[in-house]
Formats: sequence, C-alpha cells, structure tokens
Amino acid sequence: MTQAVVPVSPAGQTTETTNPRRGDRAGKNRAPRSWRGWGFVGPFMLVFALVFIAPIAYSLYISVFRTQLVGGTQFVGLDNYIRAFQDPQFWDGVGRVSLFLVVQVPIMLGIAMLVALAIDSGRLYGKDFFRISVFMPYAVPAVVAALMWGFMYGPRFGLVGYINEFFGWSIPNPLGPQWILLAIGNIVTWSFVGYNMLIFYSSLRTIPVSLYEAAELDGAKQHHVIRHIKMPAIRGSIAVAMIFSIIGSFQLFNEPSILQKLAPNSITTYFTPNLYTYNLSFSGQQYNYAAAVAIIMGVFTMVIAYVVQLRGMRKDA
Amino acid sequence: MSMTTNRRRVLRGSAVAAALALTLTACGGTDRADEGSGSGGGSAAEGDLSGDLLVWAWDSTVPDVATAFEEANPGVDIEIVNAGTGNDQYTALQNAIQAGSGVPDLAQIEYFAIPQFAIGEGLADIGSMGASDLEDSFTPGPWSSVAINGGVYGLPLDSGPMALFYNEAVFAEHGVEIPTTWDEYLEAARALHAADPNLYITNDTGDAGFTTSMIWQAGGHPYEVDGTNVTVDFDTPEVAQFTDLWQTMIDEELLAPVTSWSDDWNQGLGNGTIATLTIGAWMPTNLENGAPAAEGDWRVAPMPQWEAGADLVTSENGGSALSVTSASQNADLAYAFLEFASVDEGVQIRVDGGAFPATVAELESEEFLGKEFPYFGNQKLNEVLAESAKAVAPGWQYLPYQVYANSIFNDNVGSAYVSGASLSDGIASWQDATIAYGNEQGFTVD
Repeated sequence: MTQAVVPVSPAGQTTETTNPRRGDRAGKNRAPRSWRGWGFVGPFMLVFALVFIAPIAYSLYISVFRTQLVGGTQFVGLDNYIRAFQDPQFWDGVGRVSLFLVVQVPIMLGIAMLVALAIDSGRLYGKDFFRISVFMPYAVPAVVAALMWGFMYGPRFGLVGYINEFFGWSIPNPLGPQWILLAIGNIVTWSFVGYNMLIFYSSLRTIPVSLYEAAELDGAKQHHVIRHIKMPAIRGSIAVAMIFSIIGSFQLFNEPSILQKLAPNSITTYFTPNLYTYNLSFSGQQYNYAAAVAIIMGVFTMVIAYVVQLRGMRKDA
Repeated sequence: MSMTTNRRRVLRGSAVAAALALTLTACGGTDRADEGSGSGGGSAAEGDLSGDLLVWAWDSTVPDVATAFEEANPGVDIEIVNAGTGNDQYTALQNAIQAGSGVPDLAQIEYFAIPQFAIGEGLADIGSMGASDLEDSFTPGPWSSVAINGGVYGLPLDSGPMALFYNEAVFAEHGVEIPTTWDEYLEAARALHAADPNLYITNDTGDAGFTTSMIWQAGGHPYEVDGTNVTVDFDTPEVAQFTDLWQTMIDEELLAPVTSWSDDWNQGLGNGTIATLTIGAWMPTNLENGAPAAEGDWRVAPMPQWEAGADLVTSENGGSALSVTSASQNADLAYAFLEFASVDEGVQIRVDGGAFPATVAELESEEFLGKEFPYFGNQKLNEVLAESAKAVAPGWQYLPYQVYANSIFNDNVGSAYVSGASLSDGIASWQDATIAYGNEQGFTVD
C-alpha cells in the first residue's frame, strides 16, 4: 500500500515533510478524527449511558441521601450502607437466598443434566416431544407459574387439599413457614429445568461424532463416554448455567411476591433481598435505603458470579 | 373500598427494574397540569365550568359520576385513570408527587392512607374552598378521617361501618344463635366448629385493618397524632380485650387459616365453611360477586358488642375519600367535581352502583333504607348498616404512615397465627417496629 502512495508525491517532498506532517497531524487533525469515531459510537453510547449507566448512577446518587417524611432530604454519606450491614432483616433475606442457592441450584442443574444426557443419548423414544415438554414450563411467565402453583399448594381447596381429603393423608401445608422455601424451590426448578437442559443439550450437540466413534473403537462404555467426552465438553456451559442460576437465586422475587398473598405469615416483607428493597421503597418510601441495599446486593451477586466464572474458566483451560 | 388493602400487587418487576422505572418516569413524564387548558372557577355556576381534569380512582362507580358531570358542564373533560388499587395507586401517586410531574388533579385514597399523603404535602387543604362547611353532610367516622390537623384533605366517597355478615343457613342448620356480643361470638365459634370440624365461624390469618378496627370498637386509641408528635401504645386494656378474645380463637383453632380475598376465601364463603365476616358495609357487592353459590343464605346483623345491653358501638373498616392534590393546576375545578361526586348528584349515582355512602342525607333517605337485597333474602341491609354508621366510636386516629405500618403487620404478628407465638407479643413487636420507623422518618414517636 505504501509503495502505491509514494510515487504520487514528489520524491523530495515525501522524505522531507514526513516528520513535520506527522507532527502536524497529531496536533491538528486528532480532534476531527475522534469526532468521526464518535459519530459511529455515539448512538450506542447514548443508549448505553441512558439505559445502563444512568439507573446505576442514579441509584448510587440517591443511596447517599436520606429522605424523611418529616424533614426532607439530607446528605448522609455512607449511613445507608452502614445501616444495611447492621440490618438483621437484610441479612435474614441474604441468608435465605444463599440457602436456596446451595440447595436448589444443584438439584435443578442435576435434573437438567440428566434430562439433557437422556435426550442426547438417542435412545429415547419421542425425543422431540420430550424435549419440548421439559422446556415448556420455561415459556410460562413466572407470575403465572407462581399463581398456578399457589393454587395447587392450597391446603384447603387446592390440589394438596384435595389429595389430603381423597387419600386421607396429611401432607404438611406447603405454604406454611417451614415448607415455603421448598415450595418456592419446586416452582423455580419446574420453571428452569428446561432452560438449563437446553443449554446443556446444545453444547452436547457440538461434540463431533468422530469422538464417539473413536471411543467405541477403543471399547469405551456409555458411562465412560459421559465421563470423559460429554462432561468435559459441557463444562463451559455448566459454568454459564451456574452463573445464571446464582443471579436468579439472588434476585428471587416473583415467586415469593405472588405467594405472599396466599401465605402472608410465611413470607415476610424481607423474605428475599429483592422483596425487601421493593417493600422498603414502595410501602416504606425509603428509596434511599432501598437503593443502598440494592447496590450491596448487586455487588455481592457480581462477586460471587465472577468467582464462579473464574473457577469455571480454570477448569476449562 | 377496603378490600383493596389486602390485595397484593400481582405484577411486580425486580427491584432493579423498579429503579429503572423510577428514572424513566422522572425523565419521560409529561406534566399533565401544564396541559390543563382551563380556569376552573369553583364559584362559577354549574354549567359554566370548563377545563380538563385527571382523576385517579379504582372505584367502578366514579366514571359514571364523571360522565354526569361532563354532561352538566359541556366544557369539562375528565379523564379517569385506574392507576391500580390501594397500595398500587399510592405507590404510583407517591412517585408522581416525588417526580413533580404526572400528578393527577384528584386521587382516590383510603382513609387510613390520607394522613400519610396529607403530611407529605401531597394533598391540598380544601377547607377554605368550602369543604369545612360540609362537616354535617357526612357521618362522623369518615369525616374525622379527612379532617386532620385543622385541615380538610378530601371528601368521603364511601364508608365502611362494620357489621356482622353471617350465613343464616349454616347457623340454622346447627341450631346456633346469632351472636350479639363477643362472648356469644366465641361460644358460637366453638359450637359451629364442634358441630362440623370443617366449619369455622370466620377466617383470619392476621389482618392489620381488621385488628385496628376491632381495637377501635373496643374503645382503644393506640395512635395519638398531634402534628409530627405521635404516640403509639398498644399496651392498654382495650387492646388486651381484643387480644384475649382472639388468642382464645387462635388457640382453640376456631379461625379458618384462609387469607381474605384469596380464592380459598371466596370458596369458603360460598360453600358455607366460613360462617361469618365482621367487615365493612361495602361488603355486599363483593359477597354477591365472590360467593354466588351462597345466594339467599347470607344476612347482616349489628356488629357483636363488647358489652351486653349497652348502646351500639361500632367502628369503621376501610372506605375511601377523593382528594385534590397539591400539584393540581386546576384546583377549583377539581373541587367542583369533588363536591359533585361526594355530596351532590354524584352520591346517588354511586349508591345506585352499589357503593355505601358516607353522607347523612342518603343514609337517612327512605329509598336507601328501604332497598331490598335479593342476594340477602330481600333483607333491608341498609337499615342495619346505617345504624352502624351512626354508632362509630369517636376519636380514632391513624398513623401518618399507616400504609407502611400495615404492610409490616404480618412480619410481626403473623407468627401468632402459624407458629404458636403470642398475639400480644406480636402486637408489641409491631408497635416497636412502627415506632422505630416513625422516628427514622423524622416524627417524634414514643
């Protein structure tokens, strides 16, 4: 390319003026060049700033103030954050979603994995139907799913009530304070097994058939294939599914919020951190404190998701 | 209507989405007040009024009133928006007031929530516009709910004097007398539940509105509000009167563990497993719609009394007012519509639509009192309900942040209903949480 350009300019000038011109360009022409770039990036940056940066910046901003019903707004620095770290209700919620995470996520991902392997094994009759059926609950909006399960959980006139009556059993009330977390875990598992199954299944499909053929030639059994070919190949998607599930657990909101109507004594207003921020800001008008809690929760979730991602990556490498 | 107190929001976004929505509302909301073209001129004779009004109300009879007002005043254009019921609307209204844009001219607000908006200066004091002369037009309970701190922050739309709604067929079947006192009520509860283990005299899973109404009837004044000085005291004999009774009901499992306004609840009311409701006078329409299967079975009796043989004493349960907002640029016109809706022709339109009025004139009119209700076996319900309206115990006050206090009721008291904790401990813990919140919010609470 340079060769093509050089002959056009007079030879002497080229060599002589190259350096000054370069200096020139650096001094005068930089601004117009960067503006042209902004012309392309601008629309994206504008939307990005409005949609992603602005809400976070706004939350950060309001989180350092306190607005009172009497006395108005004042700057309080990090008071809201300090308060959150000392707030037993907040930690109660964090503890609950952490427990949920530790118990529900492995179960959900385990089932999703089993289903994905079963479908991928090719030994299943009506594979497509099975796949769609398992995935179907994911297409049901979370609010509808929670309502639906809420009706079934009804200990008097719900499915649980009818089963108890019909068989003379006494299944404990799923909406009671001891069982409610399990009941919610069941709804979430039902909703998201299909979604995670699809993630696993799609990465199973990317394994070249030649690997299986080679394994067969080497006399590998099915469980060897799973352990040494399939599992290593989907390790990356396990990490992805795990990160989604962690975020989902920490953001638990829809299910408890819907079931709260049916079980107001089992689900407190601070049942999960998200529910807590919601009630703080919308029933309690404590927008500032709610923003601080939301930011702490956001950072917390990011850190944990990042750690899991790092671990996932390392295994991958 | 106070049923909405209990109705929880069905659709909720995540907190992040909520924060997002907040910002977007702040950016994108148009200032409705600026669009308002007209000069209202409250003193102008009817028919001459012109201008636009934005009204937030969930009550289904308000649109009819607006249509009638528009017909009488061709220059007026009223837009009714259902911005959600109860708490949903308060949230939206609070946000709009905070953002300073999109605030309606008039908003429907339940009595217990009025102090919160009045003290937050979201509502206009309409006392000087003529409202202070209307005291005698309304029954005392609703009036005391809108006349706060020397101002008037709305006019009553409807009211909820309490009465005992009972399923007569169930009582007759088991040969149980209709209770007139709370002692008899407890006996009836035992008798009914003993006769049929699936049968309960009523349901309760902890309801702040019901609890405060019961304490109200017992003569308690747990909340004393004087400007920003607030006293919260549930450690009184009147409160103990209620908690003793209700603790017994809970301990002996005489309360159906069904939450009001749930599907189970409507089924229970319809199939005769929930035999009574002590609830506000706005209940008849809800019962007709929610429990059509029990048509002809239900009747209404006066609220059971704490003292046998004494004069009837009742309390209010729910009900709402329509209030002019401080942000309204058209306050005179808004007030004109408000008077039309709450004391003039609007009242009859709303009564015809099934509302229970708060105006003395309607409550005393023969037509109103003589109305027969087919669902209730042609009983003249309004006779009982109007008596109840007159007998509301005076002097009750709500907190200036009752909406929040009610929202954390079950956090504190709920375990009494499901885990065997004591009801009075729960109420004490509720009191502490309420006091702490009040002080955080800048009130002086003790």
